Amino acid sequence: MNMQSHPASLQNSSGPLASLMENGPVSEGAWALAWRRFKSDRVGVWSGITVALSLALVFSTLFGSLASDWEKEVAISNAPPTWAMSGFQGDDANKAIPEIVLYEPTPTDVADPIAAQWELAQKAVKPAGDKVNALATHLPMGSDKWGRDVLAKTIKGAETSILVGLAAALMATLLGSVLGAVSGWYGGIVDDLSNWLYNVFHSIPGILLILAIAAVLNTKGTMAVVLILGTTGWTGTYRLIRGEYLKHRNREYVRAADAIGASNNRRMFVHILPNVSHVILVQFSLLTVSCIKAEVILSFLGFGVPVDGVSWGTMLTEAQNDLLVGKWWQLLSATAAMSIFVTGLSLLTDSLRDALDPKVIH
Amino acid sequence: MSAYIFRRIWQMIPTLAGVILLVFFLFNWIGGDPAYVLAGLFSNQEQIDSIRAELGLDQPLTVQLWIFVKQVATFNFGNSWTTGESVANIFATRLPASLTLMAPLLIIETLIALVLAVGLAWVRGSSVDRGTMVVFTALMSVSILVFIILGQYVLAYRLGWFPVQGWSEDYWKNISTYAPLPILLGLAVSIAPNTRLFRSFVLDEVDQDYVRTARAKGLSEPRVMFVHVLRNALIPVITFVISNLPGLLLGAFLLERFFGIPGVGREIILAVERSDFPVIKAVTVYVAMATMIFNLIGDVLYRLTDPRVQLR
Repeated sequence: MNMQSHPASLQNSSGPLASLMENGPVSEGAWALAWRRFKSDRVGVWSGITVALSLALVFSTLFGSLASDWEKEVAISNAPPTWAMSGFQGDDANKAIPEIVLYEPTPTDVADPIAAQWELAQKAVKPAGDKVNALATHLPMGSDKWGRDVLAKTIKGAETSILVGLAAALMATLLGSVLGAVSGWYGGIVDDLSNWLYNVFHSIPGILLILAIAAVLNTKGTMAVVLILGTTGWTGTYRLIRGEYLKHRNREYVRAADAIGASNNRRMFVHILPNVSHVILVQFSLLTVSCIKAEVILSFLGFGVPVDGVSWGTMLTEAQNDLLVGKWWQLLSATAAMSIFVTGLSLLTDSLRDALDPKVIH
Repeated sequence: MSAYIFRRIWQMIPTLAGVILLVFFLFNWIGGDPAYVLAGLFSNQEQIDSIRAELGLDQPLTVQLWIFVKQVATFNFGNSWTTGESVANIFATRLPASLTLMAPLLIIETLIALVLAVGLAWVRGSSVDRGTMVVFTALMSVSILVFIILGQYVLAYRLGWFPVQGWSEDYWKNISTYAPLPILLGLAVSIAPNTRLFRSFVLDEVDQDYVRTARAKGLSEPRVMFVHVLRNALIPVITFVISNLPGLLLGAFLLERFFGIPGVGREIILAVERSDFPVIKAVTVYVAMATMIFNLIGDVLYRLTDPRVQLR
């Protein structure tokens, strides 16, 4: 086909093969081919844009000032979203704030022993002129029980949840890939030992292992969550990468590399790794999805992100109580944010898998 | 076949030893000294020492490991640290509630997902198929927590179609009154991923030669799909369902917790919250054992349903 499109090359005296090598089209690399296939997938491109925008938001929160003041009280307690200020909502809000008498006033004949300090404290907390009225009565996504902006909270929560998911997935993928590569490459006793470890971890259901490690660590915090999910999530990647290395170990290009004297490490990580990197990439995004979901559940159960932080999981915990008194916006906000990111990432993973697998017919 | 089964059981021993070592390593080495947890805030050295002696914690690690191995072998994990109830008794009394919830859930979700999967594979590539897949992917991205919180609020609290939570001693009352809503929410969560998986199983079959032969014989499309294709696609489905059976023992953590169902799952979460190590250790070891056994059963059934499969 190529030769027909290049009639000039046929007249070349050095023969068609040489001419092809001289001025024939250079065949595309695997990644360029995959990129071309990916670009033609509309769902994939849109989900890719969604994920890229979300990640940009996360990093601007991390390094910039966006949503950094999420803990500030900027509105009245449980202010509804601006767009939901319909009639009955207003009535509801009026009724919902009754006159609360915190304590019975002390009889005047009994001297209040801390009256002086109390007045000083009141002045310190509320400087003259700064009234409660300065707080907003409605916000784009409403406010929570403590008057914090739910939108800022959702963005800050996205940062925590997505970063925890990415870090845990990175740890799990790294563990699985290195162990799988070593196991498939060397075989023998190394393979036996790794397989044994795989069987042990694989025979305990994931959620049970996660809870058992959570019980043992008994510390809350984002690092603990990353550690728990990273050490439990590596098995699937290990299995796949080990299979890939077994397959590639005896291919011609690896033998050729051996013939020119490439070391074990070089053959494993310079020659074979690029050829299995698409498997690792897909595993990484699959694991990110499952780690984000697991973080939300762990935080909800109280084994994850501590109460002074915010993640989609802690927001859902608060949202459960909010919902009972009819305050639905925190639930909506956290759910919508999580759905958009996780759906985007899942669809992106599907498209990546299709684009990177040349066997799929397009 | 019997030689195969025997060899597989033989191979379970190192894996089980690994599970025991892992659990021991986690709880006795990383987990810190449980005597401080047990003795509470206001304790003196004497109390701590007596607890340590009682649990065998003053012995060297090898002796402690031996104690643990004996516990596994005799199925006697001692008593819960917080309630004093024997671990075996906790299992025996919590399991029925979990099974009442999980068994119908597993059966219904498998049937619905199977029918949906065959239906979608029938119209594969159409807008219905692609649209459903995108909707299912979106559904799968919603946390199970949201399904439960919203379902409990709307269907039980607001509309009052179901009790908000509760459980009774009577099996029929449980299955007719308390279990339906948790089962419904469990279905909402599990139908989407199961359908996606089963659909891929069916799609692996629809382009096989025998399907073309069946069509060439002039068989109707429903007969081709539901008799010829489905029968072959069922093989991986069976393996999948069997490998999920140990989950029956675990119950559904979140469903049981939200709906106040006294099952194994809720007990595990309580145990994790209270650092009740004997309960967690027992559950982990038993469920690992059950997983290994069910995996073996799955492989044997695979052989029985598909004569082409060679067991090695």
